[in-house]
Amino acid sequence: MRTMPNYANPADFLRLVRAAAPVTATITAILFGIGLYLALLDSPPDYQQGETVRIMYLHVPSAWMAMFVYVVMSSAALGTLVWRHPLADATQKAAAPLGAAFTFLCLVTGSLWGKPEWGTWWVWDARLTSVFVLFLIYLGIIALWQVIEDPGKAARLVAVFTLVGAVNIPIIKFSVDWWNTLHQSASVFRMGGPTIAMSMLWPLIFMTFAFTFLFLTLHMLAIRNEILRRRIRRLSMLAASASEAGIPAIFAEPAQ
Amino acid sequence: MKQSGVPLPSALGALLLRDLRIGRRVGGAASMGVLFFLCLVAITPFAIGPDLALLARIGPAILWIAALLATLLGLDRLFQADAEDGSLDLFLMSDTPLELIVLVKCLAHWLLTGLPLVIASPFFGLLLGLDARALEGVAASLFVGTPALTLIGAIGAALTVSLRRGGLLLAILILPLSIPILIFGVAAASGAMAFLMPFLVLCGLTLAALALTPFAAALALRNGLE
Repeated sequence: MRTMPNYANPADFLRLVRAAAPVTATITAILFGIGLYLALLDSPPDYQQGETVRIMYLHVPSAWMAMFVYVVMSSAALGTLVWRHPLADATQKAAAPLGAAFTFLCLVTGSLWGKPEWGTWWVWDARLTSVFVLFLIYLGIIALWQVIEDPGKAARLVAVFTLVGAVNIPIIKFSVDWWNTLHQSASVFRMGGPTIAMSMLWPLIFMTFAFTFLFLTLHMLAIRNEILRRRIRRLSMLAASASEAGIPAIFAEPAQ
Repeated sequence: MKQSGVPLPSALGALLLRDLRIGRRVGGAASMGVLFFLCLVAITPFAIGPDLALLARIGPAILWIAALLATLLGLDRLFQADAEDGSLDLFLMSDTPLELIVLVKCLAHWLLTGLPLVIASPFFGLLLGLDARALEGVAASLFVGTPALTLIGAIGAALTVSLRRGGLLLAILILPLSIPILIFGVAAASGAMAFLMPFLVLCGLTLAALALTPFAAALALRNGLE
């Protein structure tokens, strides 16, 4: 009895992506439309910061995504090490550049926000430093993916490094509480409810969901590309070994 | 339960002696690391000018960065030489747990590169005009901190063991993870805050590295050599 398609099967997953990607892309566009309208036009300027507070609606969601993507990648790394599942490998690999991009966006918007509010582009504050380290870890992971040729081995080695680097995630989360320096502490997810005004919380929530769905869409498409890339690699290796065995080249068309 | 002919402590002891012997005979790893350390300390005054007051202020940081780089120097060979001559395959197949083998190899590496740096650091500190209090701080923090650098480096060495030119990638992977060690090491050495608090955190970091990194490095070695 087959009740539910097995999405761990790459072929089923490709079918799922074909059906789901347009839906999530549409949801992403709608959420960005509402979120950007609320953030840029509808919400009030801050009584101290004025209009620059609107940077928050990009900065905070990208910071959350930077950490969320790392958590996704770490779970996929467990999948790689425990079950050696090819789809977990692809999930890991597809998430790394996206996470690096969100982290970069977080650092850049934070820097642009810091100049008018703190008077400096960059300080070596605990939160900033730990996010910067996260960015370096993402880049190291991408570099490690690139230098190891065999995809299965690359996935397992990257998984080990990803899990080692995961110690940084709680450090980022709690850095503002442990070292009370320039960056403000948490104002949304905290004991006793958010300290941020409702007129600013709603746009932030919409923008966060928009970012999440953007990641979901891009991640699915990137996993699909990775599955197809592996297929091409396998086909071209088959073609190469077939042509070595003396089969005429017309039957062994290289796949790329 | 499998029983090998050799009891565990003597197997590990033999491995330690072997690594120390190789380190002493091939290229003189210990003296080379200290020499590199000395070169780094020597070029700093040329870079920032021979102002002894400034050098004394940033001296602990210079010594720590020099120690970090000197530790990185030989790390890419930590498992690579064994992978090339086939002894790593024997380690993987032996009854001795790979985690303990990693630990012993780290110990040998630290005895050959880390410990000479700790011993040399007070003398090099004099070149940078450090006072007696700072010299003690640097030596003590390096003594406690350099094992953690070696242990974290072992993860990078295990990850890049099968790569022909893994040295640069090793540094890229390892340096971000060494930042906490550097922060608390320099804090303890420079005495900007109280000495004891950062020193104890540094001890904690080293103990955590001692407990956890052999597992990660062994996992990477098992997965990297198939």
